Amino acid sequence: MPDTVLEPPPHTVPAVFTRALLDWLPWLEPLAVEALTERHMAGLVDAARVKSPYFRLLARDPDALRARTLTDKDIFYNSDAGLPRAERELAAAATSRFNGCIYCASVHARFSATYSKREADVQRLLDDGVNADLGERWNAIVGAAVALSATPITFGPQHVARLRRAGLDDLAIADVIHAASFFNWANRLMLSLGEPAASAGT
Amino acid sequence: MPGMDPGTQADVIDALTGIKPGSALDALRNRRPDARDQAQASYRALFAPEIPGEVTATERFAVAAFVAGLHGDAETAAFYAAGLAASGASAELRRAIETAIAAAKAVEARGPHGSFPAGPLSRENTTGPTHRVAAETRDALGSRLAAAFDHMHLLVFHPRDAAPAALQALLDAGWSTTDIVTLSQIAAFLSFQIRVVAGLRVLAGPG
Repeated sequence: MPDTVLEPPPHTVPAVFTRALLDWLPWLEPLAVEALTERHMAGLVDAARVKSPYFRLLARDPDALRARTLTDKDIFYNSDAGLPRAERELAAAATSRFNGCIYCASVHARFSATYSKREADVQRLLDDGVNADLGERWNAIVGAAVALSATPITFGPQHVARLRRAGLDDLAIADVIHAASFFNWANRLMLSLGEPAASAGT
Repeated sequence: MPGMDPGTQADVIDALTGIKPGSALDALRNRRPDARDQAQASYRALFAPEIPGEVTATERFAVAAFVAGLHGDAETAAFYAAGLAASGASAELRRAIETAIAAAKAVEARGPHGSFPAGPLSRENTTGPTHRVAAETRDALGSRLAAAFDHMHLLVFHPRDAAPAALQALLDAGWSTTDIVTLSQIAAFLSFQIRVVAGLRVLAGPG
C-alpha cells in the first residue's frame, strides 16, 4: 500500500501559546509499537518514548533519532556548571515562541517555569512574545536565542557582550547557543510532521 | 571546507567553526562531550549512514547543499557542495543545484515568517515568499529533488506554514514516509549545525 498523509482525528487546535499539556498528532504514520525492532528501540533511547507517536515517527530513521536525542539530553541535562537548567529551557521556549511551535513552547515553558519559579515571566513570554520585558538577564538570553534563530542569522558580538554583562560566562553562553540552536532542529520537526491538539479533557 | 572529506570522522562543527585542539572553544565543547560527539554522530547518521535506506548519498548532499546555500554561510555551503561532488553527483546536477540556490536567494526570504492558527495570534502573522523551484531547473533536478527543495525552503524560512499538503507533495514525488523523516531530519539538523557554528564563531571572536 502506498504511504499516505494521515487525517488527524477531530481535535481542538490550540490558538494561543500555553503552558498547558498538549497532544501532538502526526501527519505521517508512526511505526507501530509491535513493529519496533531492537534498532528502533535503541533509536528511542528511553523505552517510555514508545508511547509517543512523534518519537515512533522519527524512529523510522533510528540512528538519526538516537544521535539527536543524545545531543538534546546533554545540552539540557548536563548539570556541570554553565547555564542553569531554567535558563536553558527559557532559550528553548523563546526559540519555539519565535519560530511559532506552540507544542514545543508549551513543554519548555513548563520546564522553565518549574525550574525558575518565575511562572508570570514565562507566561509573559508566551502571551506577549519575544519582546516581552523579563528583566535584563532573561531579555539578554531571549534576545540571543531570537538572533540565532533568525534566517539569515543576526547573532553577533553585541549579543555575546550583553550576555557577559548579564553575568554569563563562556560556558553559559555556549549553553544558550546550543539550546537555541537545538530548538531550531526540534521546532522544524514538530511543526512539519504533525500538529498540536488541546489535550482531551482540557 | 577545503581539504576536508565529508565522509570522514573529522568533527564538522569544529572544522566549520575553526576550532583547534587545545583552544578555549575546544575546552568549552569538551564540557558537553555528548552534545559534541552526538552532533557529529547525527551528521554521520544523515550523511554516511550505516544502513543507507532509500535516500541516496547524492540526494542527501543535494538537499543539504540547498539548505546550506539558503542560510548563506559560504564555508558551510562549500562543505556540503564538496560532499555533493564527492557523492558522485553529475556536473549537470551540481549546476542545477547552484541555479536553484541562486534563484531561491534572489527571492530574499527572511525567516521565520508565516501564519499562526486563526485567533489572537493572527496579528503576528507575517508574509513571505513560498518558493518553488523554476520549471527548467525542475527538469534538471528531477521531480524527486525538486519537490524536496520546495519543502526545504518551507522548513528553512517558514516552518510554521507546514501542512499535510506539503507532505503529500513529497509523497506524490515518490518519497516514502521514511524518506520524508530523513529529509526533514537533514533540514532540521542543518538548522542546528549552522547555528552552533555561527554562535561559536562569535563567541570565539575578539571581545
